[in-house]
This record gives sequence, C-alpha cells and structure tokens, in this order.
Amino acid sequence: MSAASTARAEILRRATAAIGAAGAEPVTVPRRYRSAGGLGPEGRVDLFCERAADYRARVHRFAAAELDAALAARCEELRARRLVAAPAAPWRPGGAEVEVDDPPLAAARLDQLDGVLSGCAVAIAETGTVVLDGSPLCGRRALTLVPDLHLCVVAAANVVETVPEAVAALAPAVAAGAPLTFVSGPSATSDIELQRVDGVHGPRQLELFVVWY
Amino acid sequence: MKAGFESAAREALGDSQLRRNMARATTTIRARRAAAVAEVEDWEELREAGAAIKAAVMASLPRQLERLERAVEERGGRVHWARDGAEANAIVTDLARAHGAGEVLKVKSITTDEIELNQALAAAGIRAHETDFAELVNQLAGDWSSHILVPAIHRNRSEIRLLFEDTIAAGRRLDEDPVALAAAARGHLRELFLRVPFAVSGANFAVAETGSVAVVESEGNGRMCTTLPEVLVTVMGIEKVLPEWRDLEVFLQLLPRSATGERMNPYTSIWSGVHAGDGPREFHLVLLDNGRTDVLADELGRAALHCIRCSACLNVCPVYSRVGGHAYGSVYPGPIGAVLTPQLRGLPQAPTLPWASSLCGACLEACPVKIDIPTMLVHLRGRVRREVGAPRGERAALAAAFRVLSDRGRYERAQRLRRLGRGALAQLLAAPWSRSRELPEPPPQTFREWWDERG
Repeated sequence: MSAASTARAEILRRATAAIGAAGAEPVTVPRRYRSAGGLGPEGRVDLFCERAADYRARVHRFAAAELDAALAARCEELRARRLVAAPAAPWRPGGAEVEVDDPPLAAARLDQLDGVLSGCAVAIAETGTVVLDGSPLCGRRALTLVPDLHLCVVAAANVVETVPEAVAALAPAVAAGAPLTFVSGPSATSDIELQRVDGVHGPRQLELFVVWY
Repeated sequence: MKAGFESAAREALGDSQLRRNMARATTTIRARRAAAVAEVEDWEELREAGAAIKAAVMASLPRQLERLERAVEERGGRVHWARDGAEANAIVTDLARAHGAGEVLKVKSITTDEIELNQALAAAGIRAHETDFAELVNQLAGDWSSHILVPAIHRNRSEIRLLFEDTIAAGRRLDEDPVALAAAARGHLRELFLRVPFAVSGANFAVAETGSVAVVESEGNGRMCTTLPEVLVTVMGIEKVLPEWRDLEVFLQLLPRSATGERMNPYTSIWSGVHAGDGPREFHLVLLDNGRTDVLADELGRAALHCIRCSACLNVCPVYSRVGGHAYGSVYPGPIGAVLTPQLRGLPQAPTLPWASSLCGACLEACPVKIDIPTMLVHLRGRVRREVGAPRGERAALAAAFRVLSDRGRYERAQRLRRLGRGALAQLLAAPWSRSRELPEPPPQTFREWWDERG
C-alpha cells in the first residue's frame, strides 16, 4: 500500500475503534428552532433593508420602472463611470460605460474598474445578507470581489426571512455544484482593538437596490 | 508548555499593557455577543441542535469522512489524508513544489498553525504570506496568536502602526486610525492576491452530503484566496465535517453571533470541488487527524471536538481575560484550549492546562454547542494525576488525608490537635495551597463533640 492509502486506512480504523459502542446508536437531532419566519412580503423587505443598512450597506428601494434611472443617479454620485456587469445582469445605468463579463475579464482588468453590477440569488432579512450563487445573473466569484464598489440588485420576491429558509432555497444550486458567497455588508475587520473598520479586501462599498417586480 | 501554565500566567499578569488590551477587548466583545444572542428567541433550541449534530458527527465520523471524500472527488476535487502534522505539511509542500510555487497565500487557519505549516514551507524554501489582518500583524512581528478569532488582540493600534512603519509601509508615516492601518494592509496584499497562483486555507465546515467546504470571514481575504488562485489547498481537521447541507442552517446562525457578535459575518464562501470558469482549477482537501482520533477515544473528552472555534469561551473566561492567550502555550488558548491541547498533544505534553481554570462555568454557558468544559476539566485533572502522576507533596498530603479520614479514632484526634494550636503544622503543610486562599479557622467545638454532649 502507498503511504497515502495507509494514512487513509489508519485514520478510518482509529476513528472506528475510538467511537466504539457509540457508533452503533444513532443520534437524533432535535430541530425545534424556527425554520420559517412569520412576516409578510412587505415586512420581510423592511426587515432586510433595516438589517443590511445596520452593517453599513447603502440600501435603496425602487419600483422596477425607476431602477435604471436610480442606478444612473447613484453611479453619478459615486463617480463610478467604468462598470462591469455579470453576464445576465440587464441593467445599464445611463452615463456609465458597462463591459459585460462575457468572455471573462482578467482579474487585473477588474482591479482597474470602478464597480460591478450583479443580481443575487437569495437575500436574508434577519441577517441583512445577500447570497450570490455564481449564476449568470450573479457572475463568477471574482467579478463581485475585485472591484471596490458592488452594486447589487435584490428582487423583493427573493427575500426570505430566516437563515434556514435561505439554506433550503439554496439547496438545489448547491446540489448542482454552484459556489456560494454570503455577503453581509461591505468588507470589514475588527482586528484593531475590536473596532469594526469597513473595507479591507472585498468591495469597500456595497450598494443594494431592492426592487419590486 | 514545559514551564507550565502557572509560571507563564504569572509572567503575563506582570505585563500591564497586555492586561489593559485584554480587559478592553474582552469586555467589548462580551457585550456585543450578549446583544447578538439576546435578539434570537430560539437560541437555546439552536444550541441543542448544534450540540446534537456534532454528537451525531462524532458517532459516525468514519462514514461521514468517506461520504465527504466521495462528494468532493465527484466534483473534481482531490482528497488527501494525513495522520499527523508532518504528513499534512509534506502533502502541501509537495503540491506547492509540483506547481513550482515559491510563494503561497494563506487564509487564517488555526489548523495550519497547529501543524506549523508556515515553518515547514519555509524549510522547503517556500514563502507563506498570511492575508488575515491580525495574522499579518503576528507574522510581521514574529509573534503568535493569542486569540482564536482576533489573533493580535494583545496589540493595540499604536503598536500596529509602529510595526507597519518598520515593515510593509517602510519609509512612510502612517496614521494611528484603524482605517489607515487597514488601508496599508489592503495595499500591501492586493498585489499578492493578483499575482500569487497558489493558496492554502482552513475550513470552518465541510458538508459530507454535497462535498461543500465553507470559510467564514470578515475581510475578504478568504474570498480572494479561495477564488483568484489557480490552485487551492484546504487543510481541515477531520472533526469539521457536517453530515447534511441542512446542518449549515444551524451553524451559520450559531457561529457569527457567538464569535464577533454579528448577526452574520461579512463573508462566507462555500464551494464544492472545482467549478468550471469560476475560481481555482485545482482543489485539494487535506483531512488531518493529528491526535483527533485519540480525543475521540475518550468518551468524556470527545466533546472537545465539537468546538466550532467561535472563541466565546475565551472572552467570558476570568482566567483568559486576565492572562491572555500566550500563557496557554498553544494555538488553542482559553477554556477550550485547556481541554483540547492536552488531549491533542497527549497529557504529558500539557499536564498543567486542566488547572488553568476556576471552574466557574461561564464557558459552558457561552458555548454555542454546549461543550461542558468544566466537567471535562475535572475529568482531565483526574486523568493527569492517574496517568502522569502527582507532585510529591500532593501525593503525601493525600495519603495522609486518606489515613486520617478513613479511621474514626484518627479523625477525632486530628480534629483535637488542630484546635489545640497544632494547626500551625497543618497551615505550614498547606502553604502552597493557601498562598491564594484562606484556610478556615477551626470552630471551638466539632459537630461530633456537640452530638456527644447532647447525649
């Protein structure tokens, strides 16, 4: 046997011996915690906006018809002129120059752009989180990571209330092999005297556009 | 560790700057955690589920590891098994060499600190760059971690500024403002993220059902390292496996609130093997034993493997919050370290750690997976005495106590002697114990005398 297969066999043998009789009894997991939330669609979106803002994401709420104008105005304010968009992200803020990540841009190129436009797969109200799943609407992971500004459009219908609801909603994507990124506010560190400082390596600005379709 | 916790703790207590930094940091984070936990109405139910899931993992560990291996490999990853640190280090070093990597990026990982991977890479001529802010601080200072979550908790902002001005920002004057310090780290590391094609990470969780590995973080360095390089190697202790995808719904609630006191940490990355056109082209998962199966064999000590490295027990511990992490002589400090380190390394290697506690129970109350650390400490104290041995004085004292307490006549004579002032001898014998405790004054009459008098 090679060293590698010996190591595998020995670890499994030691673990089997170590658990002994305990291995025979199945442990039942009590799942008495809350799985589903109790809020209606409006309440969920309100809670999401409040919690996301609490972690210093900038949150904007619009009707679908106003979205393009709102994006354009915000890009103007932020002086974001050169953007990259996820392959299926349809938004084109007027006044900004938008490149589509198809074919994919090099990381060094992403580093030179002002910001990135994407959608999200699911948003979690209780924690103010958006989840990206690598789909054409969200883009590959590097896309929403390297640029310093992330403009993310959240469809109100995709907002769930609790973490268990989000984990359940994401199960098919994970089963299909999708990589996930949970984003709760902009990049931060608390390493200096436990003071939360925004912006280390990920996008330092996170702008969420919550839209009713 | 040879010197023992007691002398290391005494030294740490003499450092007033350290004590100030520790007091401020642990007080802040305790309050933040308490608020984040108080807002969750089903917190106790989540803790129960978390504890049960971990117990279920331990009871079926071999099967879960095989499931994980199969799922990761089906998705294009490769799984390696390492019995100890040396084997894991050799696997990572060989992979780096095979890819001609002279430098590697590192995501904060206590497991790789445990096996001293950076030193092993350096010995092979490969330079490891720590990318977590605090790990970077410690690496630049030649220092080591003093807290599971905030590894440079023992340093304040002016110390960090001076360190950066000597290293990554040499020749520049920096502001002491944390924002400026973080920006200096960002500038230094961004170039590395874009250039170095080989990264090593740890893992918070790995799901056997789907082959998904999760890294929970704040800064984005974890996202950078698990996304931009061409090759990613994750080193994971075998106890980190979770059976089902659904189990994450429990731990993604327990961990952030217990760790940083946030509803959710800024970033969690979850990947399953290799994803075409997205992220590394090669993914290797190293499953590390390094003493864990020994811990598993101790029925009472096994629950130490349930730990999700949130560090809540450190922050609430009256001992840790005064002496800091270094006194524990291990990458796992605080109450969880006091039960984990002696079991992982073997009791003779860390025999004093089970005494690094007042058994107040705050750690159990704070633990998101309900690890009964106080009971485990007492259990390990017993094991140390039986397996490693007791100091001569303690053995003699206990032998004498056994003689006196097991015979009525001897017991009553001893009580009289003590009251007649011969207690001075007892005081003398108990001196090491009573240095920091009061020996009670004997009462004028013992219970037995009173009972006899009553007739």
